[in-house]
Amino acid sequence: MSEESPSRHRRAIDWSIAGIAALAVTAAAIVYWRDGRERFLDILGDDTLLLAEMLPKVAAGCLIAAFVTTLLPRETVARWIGHESGLAGLLIGAAFGVILPGGPFTIYPVAGALIVMGADAGAVVAFITSWTLLGYTRALVWELPFFGPHFVIWRIVEALPLPIVAGLLARVVIKAGLFGKSR
Amino acid sequence: MTVAVNFLLWGVVVVLAVVAAMRGRVLLDDGVREGLSDFVKLLPRIVIGVIGAGFVAKAVPQSVVAPWLGPESGLLGVTIATAAGALTPGGPVVGFSIGAAALKSGAGAPQVIAYSTAWALYAIQRLLIWEVPLMPARVVWLRAAVSLPLPFIAAAVAMLAGQP
Repeated sequence: MSEESPSRHRRAIDWSIAGIAALAVTAAAIVYWRDGRERFLDILGDDTLLLAEMLPKVAAGCLIAAFVTTLLPRETVARWIGHESGLAGLLIGAAFGVILPGGPFTIYPVAGALIVMGADAGAVVAFITSWTLLGYTRALVWELPFFGPHFVIWRIVEALPLPIVAGLLARVVIKAGLFGKSR
Repeated sequence: MTVAVNFLLWGVVVVLAVVAAMRGRVLLDDGVREGLSDFVKLLPRIVIGVIGAGFVAKAVPQSVVAPWLGPESGLLGVTIATAAGALTPGGPVVGFSIGAAALKSGAGAPQVIAYSTAWALYAIQRLLIWEVPLMPARVVWLRAAVSLPLPFIAAAVAMLAGQP
């Protein structure tokens, strides 16, 4: 994230995580008071195990994201999903979304650059939708430890057509003139 | 399963590191430095999110969650879940921990899928903080608008396909 402006810098703690922390402390207090010390320690132990299981995956995910961002030139991506790219453009956009790891600070600049370079808005919508719903690092690093393989695979299979649906809808909306052709 | 995932992820890391090293030492150093600094910044969030999810799931009684988001809550439950997803702030840890807590405390799978899909696609805070500054606003609103029905589609497919 070398080119981030300071205002976009990811802070370790912000209001949303502070809110979750407050919620967690309250919930922990309720469990301790209502269900007793033993139950409290049980849950703490389970969660610590889950945490230990997640950390190496999260570290790998962060490294993958950082390497891909440094290695993959934006121009390469743009060449594939320009205007008039048709259904293939949507499919390629969706495929890129699956492959490209990283957080919002890597995906949105890439998507923004694609649009500036003349990529089709439908393909970019398919790209972002697919990255959010099907991205493999996200699924492996975050979702899997929380939800388990069965649930994650099931959710992903269902989400498979959604990037294409979103891309097609975007094209329909643009054709209808609701968002203007360009600019 | 978790061992296989670790092998896969770290295998990808090694391959990328080798590619980076072949292109130059600086690229390798940059990648490692940025990746690790992101990891360190995420650490407190992960700790809070994971530990918190477990306690929240246990603290909230099933009798509270089930009528609103349980398997029997149907379309209303999906709608509530979708709205909750759009309103949930924060990065990856927050939404997944809440979804996992809801599932553990008795929410239905289609409702949780609607929640996490809505949160992933159009959490309002993320749209405003990340997407609007980094992309043309026109495209951001276009994407958000066409994404509105997607959590419902995902939940509908989930209901038709049966429980996981």
